[in-house]
Amino acid sequence: MKPTEIAVPDYFHKVVDCQWACPAHTPVPEYIRLIAAQRYGDAYMINWQSNVFPGILGRTCDRPCEPACRRGRVEEEPVAICRLKRVAADYKGDITARLPGRATERNGKRIALVGAGPASLTVARDLLPEGYEVVVYDADRRAGGMIRSQIPHFRLPEQVIDEEVGYILAMGVTPRFGERIDSMKALLTEDYDAIFVGSGAPRGRDLELPGRHEAAANIHIGIDWLSSVSFGHIEKIGRRVVVLGGGNTAMDCCRTSRRLGGEQVTVVVRSGFEEMKASPWEKEDAMHEDIPILNFMVPKEFVHANCRLVGVLFEKVKAERDEKGRRNLVPTGEADQLIECDDVLVAVGQENAFPWIEQDIGIAFDKWGMPIVDKETMQSTNPKVFFGGDAAFGPKNIIWAVAHGHEAAISIDKFCKGEDIRDRPRPIVNLTSQKMGIHEWSYDNDIVNDQRYKVPLKDKAIALKDIRVEVELGFDDKLAFKEAERCLNCDVQTVFSEPLCIECDACVDICPMDCITFTANGEEEDLRRRLTAPALNLTQEIYVSAPLKTGRIMAKDEDVCLHCGLCAERCPTGAWDMQRFILDMAHVGSQVGLACQNR
Amino acid sequence: MTYLAKPTLHHPNLPTNKLGFTHRDYEGSVSTLCAGCGHDSISAAIIQACFELDLPPHRVAKLSGIGCSSKTPTYFLGASHGFNSVHGRMPSVLTGANLANRDLIYLGVSGDGDSASIGLGQFAHSLRRGVNMVYIVENNGVYGLTKGQFSATADKGSKSKRGILNSDEPIDMISMAMNLGASFVARSFSGDKKQLVPLIKAAIQHRGAAFIDCVSPCVAFNNHIGSTKSFDYVREHNDAVNFLDVISGREPITTDYEPGTIQSVRQHDGSTLRLHKLAADYDARDRIAAMNFLQERQAAGEVVTGLLYVDPEAGDLHAYLNTVETPLNELDAVLVPGKAALDKINAGLR
Repeated sequence: MKPTEIAVPDYFHKVVDCQWACPAHTPVPEYIRLIAAQRYGDAYMINWQSNVFPGILGRTCDRPCEPACRRGRVEEEPVAICRLKRVAADYKGDITARLPGRATERNGKRIALVGAGPASLTVARDLLPEGYEVVVYDADRRAGGMIRSQIPHFRLPEQVIDEEVGYILAMGVTPRFGERIDSMKALLTEDYDAIFVGSGAPRGRDLELPGRHEAAANIHIGIDWLSSVSFGHIEKIGRRVVVLGGGNTAMDCCRTSRRLGGEQVTVVVRSGFEEMKASPWEKEDAMHEDIPILNFMVPKEFVHANCRLVGVLFEKVKAERDEKGRRNLVPTGEADQLIECDDVLVAVGQENAFPWIEQDIGIAFDKWGMPIVDKETMQSTNPKVFFGGDAAFGPKNIIWAVAHGHEAAISIDKFCKGEDIRDRPRPIVNLTSQKMGIHEWSYDNDIVNDQRYKVPLKDKAIALKDIRVEVELGFDDKLAFKEAERCLNCDVQTVFSEPLCIECDACVDICPMDCITFTANGEEEDLRRRLTAPALNLTQEIYVSAPLKTGRIMAKDEDVCLHCGLCAERCPTGAWDMQRFILDMAHVGSQVGLACQNR
Repeated sequence: MTYLAKPTLHHPNLPTNKLGFTHRDYEGSVSTLCAGCGHDSISAAIIQACFELDLPPHRVAKLSGIGCSSKTPTYFLGASHGFNSVHGRMPSVLTGANLANRDLIYLGVSGDGDSASIGLGQFAHSLRRGVNMVYIVENNGVYGLTKGQFSATADKGSKSKRGILNSDEPIDMISMAMNLGASFVARSFSGDKKQLVPLIKAAIQHRGAAFIDCVSPCVAFNNHIGSTKSFDYVREHNDAVNFLDVISGREPITTDYEPGTIQSVRQHDGSTLRLHKLAADYDARDRIAAMNFLQERQAAGEVVTGLLYVDPEAGDLHAYLNTVETPLNELDAVLVPGKAALDKINAGLR
């Protein structure tokens, strides 16, 4: 193998699994260390800079970081990253003085944002300090988009939304709330320099089964129903409820039903339990509230009598693989099952809908009715129009919407300045030694064996009575400290310097994870097998040095390294050093990255 | 050194031996020696050897004297028996322990100060008596704990860290061991575990006095230019006569090697040592030839390593003295009269 080029920013970025997995690349270990140091405000600001909605995401994020967390590979469970983020938000105190205020000078450019959800608000936050006039349209009277309309308040209290959305509005958004955009053509004729579409995926998919129309009064589309609940238009549901679907919306529907009079609430899913789209923790939360999840049952018919819903008829299926290895659901031959109920909530998916975008204005759509959007620049085929969030590539989640928003804001800024939007600013990368003394480091390198801590919950009897009572209490400062200590500090990198190495084997002997090997070089496949502990996780890199004095190379498997720094402590010559990797994502206004790059 | 204990988390796919242990189960507490000390590599090699031999840790007794090397038994086999004796007196304590209970595997760990100076007599007599043991000298040619004076194994003409040349003749422990009748004599280097681990395994399986002289650079006081015990010097002058495979049990010996390149030695316990010859006409069974070869190469400034001499048929102290097989503490009441009888004898002497 060739020596690893650690100067390439991606190399060490990949080692920080959580940060690499996060669409917004939030520096997770950095803010977790700040939480452990009780510097909650600083931890919050790092998050705010990167993902804009720390308090909201700390309760609702899809957490792509957690399955990626290295801790999950060296023991049972990842660090509770998401809930630690909430700790930063809960205990930060007043940070308003640290937020950018209104721009003192206008740059004369006007941008229209369609929809006031997370993608648009991110664009607004990034562009406002640069002096843009940002006009935000939304059909609802209050900003927040799906964050406000679809996430139940027992998971995300309204005041958290008001606070974090408010930070952005206070930066000088020109609100046009309560105004639905019905024609892109008309919007294009207005005096805007660029338009951003962040209108989400607002249409819930329906189930056209026999009985759908006859029993329509008691069959509701999940996301529409949730938003009616959220805005206070619906306050009750029947005693027996069936929720169809296995995604996070279905989980929100069933838990909301439990709080509006639903006593027997059942979730019924076509696929198996493992294949459900809902996050594992959301399934757990639903089951904790005594909601059974029934799998491998396909709805066949809405059974009704005298124009009233009686129940839903299901066919039982099983999963089988056909000769091409595709997974199919085939009937088991058992008798169909009728589940009696008073109401049905249909949560079988969401779709994008752009009836308001005309065909003749240069915005091309693909055969699935989705706009053709550049994945890097977020630009549509009409150079003036940008997309982001669910509106761009279909339903994803809040953190992706934020990531899209950042990229779109960079593009819009460059577009308005007449620059090439393909020339993307690079992130700033820095490595700083953490050595303070002969065996002292400026990070806590003592590995704790604690298992993941559970977030305390509100008493179930109380939680189920009131839809506004938040179920999760969040970590207190003590639990937060303990959980934060589980973080392995993967951003403190093991950096190897060949000329200093005397090949004494001290690092090999001390490494608790058998990560380090000194051996003859070879092709990657061969080398991976010859390491002290074979490196079988191909998604993780091997760090390879240039040839040493004996002609051997140092090969380190990054996979399960604890970043405990013992290799560096045992190294007599300082050939190993622990260096903190800082990756500052380029946002609008952070031109340092470009400057460094051009130098 | 480090203040931290080594984390107990380990690689998820660590191999286990026949007892279900990983090599981590053979570790001791974390080393307090200087970072990069060769002795720590020898500890790691002992851990690896015991792991590979499926040794139950409670069947091993590790004994040592005083010095950096004699501290190391704390850093391996944390679940084994241990005895940290007086300076230079490890061989006597080991001999006594062995006579009292021959069922344990005895691992004597010593250094060049402990064995070549204050304990030279003890070293000599334990070998000539044929005590069944593994005697490892972690040899760095320097007194590390007292800040770097030459030890008795420092080569004449080698330079100290302060620039002083050594004017004394060195004690060559390998030649002494052969002269004194050790039946397994090897030299290795802490920086070459591929050679060292099989040698330790073979020594453990050997019946009789097994001696390993292991050059172990002192990174703090003897790893500079002019030293003959530094990583660089030993690597440059390492003249390995063979390397070793240790084959447990009576597995068939495959013969797909060039004739004359392999020497197979069947040990008393049934294991086979397969010596891959690097020096073509070197015969590890021939003591006189081995001693000549050694003198010749050493005169040329080479550090000869490998399994230098082995007598697989050797006896041991128990065989010579015709002692009872049962450990003394398991003998019945007639031979172990107990405390009451002892008190009576003592009272009679007052």
